[in-house]
Amino acid sequence: MPRATAVPFRAPLIAVSIAATLMLTAACGGGAVDDATGGPVAMRRLTESQYRAAIADVFGPEIEVVGRFEPDNRREGLMAVGAAWVSVTPSGFEQYENTALAIASQVVAPGVRDRFVPCAPRDPSTADPECAEAFLRAIAPRLLRRAPEEPALAARLEAANRAATEHGDFYVGVEVLVSGLLVSPEFLFRVELAEPVPDRPDRLRLTDETVASRMSYLLWNAGPDEALLEAVAAGALSTADGLSAELDRMLASPRLEAGVSAFFEDLFRFDAFSSLGKDPIRYPKFSSEVAADAREQTLRVVVDHLVDRRADYRDLFTTPRSFLTRRLGAVYAVPVAPESGWAATTFDADDPRRGLLAHASFNMLNAHPGRSSATLRGVFLREALLCQTVPPAPADVDFGLFNEDDNPAYKTARDRLGVHSSNATCRNCHALSDPIGLGLEVFDGIGGIRATENGAPIDTSGDLDGRPFANTLELGDAFRESPLVGACLVENLYRYAVGREIVNAERRQMRRLERAFEDADHRLHALLRAIVLSPGFRTTTSPPGDDQEPSSVASSMRPGRESV
Amino acid sequence: MNERAPIAITRRAVLRSALRGTLGGAAISVGVPFLDVFLDDNGEALAATGGPLPRRFGTWFWGCGMNPPRWNPTVEGKDFALPPELAPISPVREHMSVLSGFNVLLGGETNFVHRTGVIGTLCGGAPPSKNDNRGPTLDVLISDAIGGATRFRSLEMAATGVATDSYSGRSEDAKNPSETTPLSLYARVFTNGFADPNAAEFTPDPRTLLRKSVLSAIEEDRKRLEGRLGAHDRARLDEYFTSVRQLEHQLELQLSAPPPLEACRVPEAPEAGPVSRDVAHVRENHDAMARVLALALACDQTRVFNMVFSEGASRLHLPGSSDNHHTLTHEEAVDEALGYQVEATKFVMHSMEAWATFVSALDSVPEGAGTLLDNCAVLAHSETSDANSHSVTGLPLMIAGRAGGRLRTGLHVFGAGDPTTRAGLTLQQVMGLRTSRWGLDANATDRPIEALLA
Repeated sequence: MPRATAVPFRAPLIAVSIAATLMLTAACGGGAVDDATGGPVAMRRLTESQYRAAIADVFGPEIEVVGRFEPDNRREGLMAVGAAWVSVTPSGFEQYENTALAIASQVVAPGVRDRFVPCAPRDPSTADPECAEAFLRAIAPRLLRRAPEEPALAARLEAANRAATEHGDFYVGVEVLVSGLLVSPEFLFRVELAEPVPDRPDRLRLTDETVASRMSYLLWNAGPDEALLEAVAAGALSTADGLSAELDRMLASPRLEAGVSAFFEDLFRFDAFSSLGKDPIRYPKFSSEVAADAREQTLRVVVDHLVDRRADYRDLFTTPRSFLTRRLGAVYAVPVAPESGWAATTFDADDPRRGLLAHASFNMLNAHPGRSSATLRGVFLREALLCQTVPPAPADVDFGLFNEDDNPAYKTARDRLGVHSSNATCRNCHALSDPIGLGLEVFDGIGGIRATENGAPIDTSGDLDGRPFANTLELGDAFRESPLVGACLVENLYRYAVGREIVNAERRQMRRLERAFEDADHRLHALLRAIVLSPGFRTTTSPPGDDQEPSSVASSMRPGRESV
Repeated sequence: MNERAPIAITRRAVLRSALRGTLGGAAISVGVPFLDVFLDDNGEALAATGGPLPRRFGTWFWGCGMNPPRWNPTVEGKDFALPPELAPISPVREHMSVLSGFNVLLGGETNFVHRTGVIGTLCGGAPPSKNDNRGPTLDVLISDAIGGATRFRSLEMAATGVATDSYSGRSEDAKNPSETTPLSLYARVFTNGFADPNAAEFTPDPRTLLRKSVLSAIEEDRKRLEGRLGAHDRARLDEYFTSVRQLEHQLELQLSAPPPLEACRVPEAPEAGPVSRDVAHVRENHDAMARVLALALACDQTRVFNMVFSEGASRLHLPGSSDNHHTLTHEEAVDEALGYQVEATKFVMHSMEAWATFVSALDSVPEGAGTLLDNCAVLAHSETSDANSHSVTGLPLMIAGRAGGRLRTGLHVFGAGDPTTRAGLTLQQVMGLRTSRWGLDANATDRPIEALLA
C-alpha cells in the first residue's frame, strides 16, 4: 500500500479570503464577496456509505464491512443536515465496535496483512514499535482525514505495543490500532476546524484539512485520497491555483459518480426504500428486487445525464433516455431484451414515461401500500425539487369530510380529492400539492403506467404555479421551465455541502451561485465548482468553543417560498 | 458496578432546563445514585439468599389509538366491565390496570399530529417542534438509575421491522434504534458476550481485556476534541462518550462469572420470518421478540425495554386493502349502524391482542414465588385516543405488572383530565427514583396515581 505523507501539518498559508475573492471573480463573473461568511462549522457523523467508502479506500474493497449502522436522521429534507445533529447511542456504539473488530481481524489475517503493514516485524511474537508506527502513520491520515497530532499517535502506539507484548503477537497490536481508529470520534465524526484569517483576525476560515474533507465528501462522498492529503500538506489548497487544480482533478475523477449519486439519493429520500412495502394482492409485480431496480434506475439516469453527458439539469425533467431491467420493464410495460442487467431505453417524445417525474422510484415511494397518492407526490415534488414548504394538515381538521371517500361514484383520485378544493381549510395547502400530484396519476402505487382508474379515464391536466399543463408530459415541461427548479438545486446542493442551513450572511452569495449555475447552462460541474470556491464554503462564523448550533434558515431565504 | 455514567444533556435541554429551573421538569432525581434502594439487588444476594428480585421497566407503544366509547371502561375500581376494544386483555386483566381520561396538555404548543401525544407522555410535556423534545424519555430517566447493573442499559424493539420506529432517547437526535427481528434481538443478547448465569463453568473471553484497552485509549481523544467544539457538538460528543462508557461497563461485567439466576433459561435461536407492515407479519415478529425479551429479562441482561408494535400514524396494513391503519382512520366512513370505522378498528383489536400476548409472555416465565411479570412495570400507550381527530385527550394507557409488589393491578383509574405525567411520575417512583415532581408547564405534577400504589 502506498503511504500517505505524514508530515505534521503547518504549511505556510496565503490569505484565503483574498484567494477566494480572486477565484470567485473568475468563476462567477465578479461581485463583492466580503459580505458573505459561512455559517457555523458542522460536526457530521459518517453515514453508512461514507463509512463503507472509507474502509474500501484504505483497506480495499475485499474487506467486508458486516454490521448494522445507526439510522441517519433527516433534517430540513436532508440527511446531510441531520448528520450534524445526530450522536451515537449505546446500541449504535456497540455496533461500531463490533464492526471495527471484524474489520481489524480481516486486516491482520495471515496472507492479507502484508498488503497493509508496510514492514515486517523484527519478531512477530512481540511488539515492534517502529513497524507499528510505520503502519499507523500510513493509515491514520487516511482514516482521520488529516495529519494526526503527535500526542494522539503516541497514545495509540503505546496501547498497541502493550497489547502486542501482553498477547505475544505483533499483529494483535495492529488490530488494536485499526479498531482503535475505527471507533474513535475523529473517525466516526467529521470534525471541522477553523483558524483566524491571517491579517483579518476577526474572521475565521476553515483549515485546509477541513476544506479538503468538505470537498471530497461533496464530490466523492468519501474522505480525501492521498493526493489530496499531499496537496494539503504542501499548502496547495491555500493558493488559488492549487485549489483549482485539485478541484479540477476531483471533478474529472470517475469517483464523481458516487458523490453525485449520494447527493441525489439523499435529496430524493431514497433511504425510504429500506422499509418500503406494497400490498402483494394489488401489486403482484412489486418485490424488494423491483424496488431496488427502481432506485438504481433513477440514480443511473441522473449520473448519465449530469456526470457522463454533462447535460443541462433542467433537461432531466424531459429526457427520453432511461435504463430498464426486465423486472422494471414489467412495471413500465416495456419489453426488455436482456434477461439480466440493464438496457438503455429511449422513450418517444410523446410518451408519458419520459422524464424524471415518471420514474417508478418516486411514484412508488410517494404512495400508499395499496394505491397512489397525488398528495404525497405533490408534497415531495414541492419540497425536494422546488424548495417550497407545504404546511402539514391542521391537527383539528374535520376528516368527516372524507367519509364519502369510498363512495362508488368517486372513481378517480381527482374525484376523491375534489373534497380538498371544496373546503377552505383544506384548499390552502392541497392547492399546492394535489394539482401536480394529479398530473402523475397515470402511474399507480408502484409507478406502473395506466390509462384508467376503476374504469374511468384519468385526467392529468392542471397547473404549476400558474403555468397550465394538459397532461403528464406537459407537467415535465413545466418543471423544466420553472425558474425555481435550478435555484432549488443550488440551495440543496449547498446545504448538502456545508451540512447546515443557509445563514443570512450568505444570502447574496446564494444569488451569485444561482447566476453562476444559469450562466453555465445548468451544468452540475460548474455548480459544484462554484460552491467549492464560494466564500461560505471556506469560512465560518464560529470560533472554536463558541456556543452555537447548526443554523436554521430564515423562511424568506428559500427560493420560491414567497410564491407559496 | 452501580456507578452511573454522567448524563449528557443537549444544549437545548440545558438551556430550557435553565429557563425552567429543572431538567425535563424533573425536580431533580436523575443525578441521585440509587445505591440505597438497589444495593441488595445485586446478583450475589439473589443467588445466595433468594432475596429481592430486580425490578424492570418497559414501554409498549401502538399507533393510532382506539375508539374512546368502545375502549374506555365506565366504572372505576376493580369491578369494571371490559368494553369491546379491551376484550382481548381479558385473560391478563388481573395483571394490569387500565387508565382512561388522562391528557397531554398542550399549554400553547402546537399539536404535532401523531407525535405530540407520545412525546407528551414520555417526555413530560408537549414538544416545541417536530425535531425536538424537551428532555429524555421516561425509559431513559429510569435506565439512568437502574440500567447500570446489567449488560444493556435498555433494549429497543420494533415489530414493524423498522429501526427508526423508536420513541426512546436522550433527545430526538440520540434516539435508541430498535432491533427489528427476533433474530437480531437474540444475537445481540444471547451470543457475543453472553455468559449463561447457570453454566457450570465460566471462561472469560481473552479478548475482553483487549477491547477494554482499545476503549480506554479513546479517552485521549476527548480532551483534544472538546476544546475545539461548540456547545452543540460538545453535547453530542458527551453522548458518544456515554455510549463508550456503557460498552466499557458491559465488558467489565463480562470479566467475571455472572451469579446464577433460577429464572434464566437460554432460548434457541429464533427462526427468521417475513418482516413487513402486513399485520400478520408484525404480530409474528412481535410475539417472537416478546419471547426472546422475556428470557433476556429473566437472565438479567437488561432491566429496561421498549417495544413499538406499530409506529405513530401506524402504517400497518391488511392484505388486499388499498389503505393502511392511519389512512383508514381519516378516510374510512363511519359505519352508520355500528357507529365506528370497521376496517380501522380491526387494527385496534390487533393491537390489543398483541399487547395481551406481550403481557402473557412476561407472565409465562416463573421467577421467585411468582412470575417475571410480577417484577415488571410496563406502560402501554398510544399517541392519540381518537385518531381521526388526532386527539391527545383521554389517551389510552395501561400499566401491567406489579413492580415487585409496589403496584396494584386489576383496576380502572379515571384521570378526569389530569396530565399523563401522573402515570410517568408514578412509574418513576415505583422504579425507585426519588422524583417528587415531573413534567413541563401545565403537565408538571407532584401527584402520583395513589390508587395504583400498593
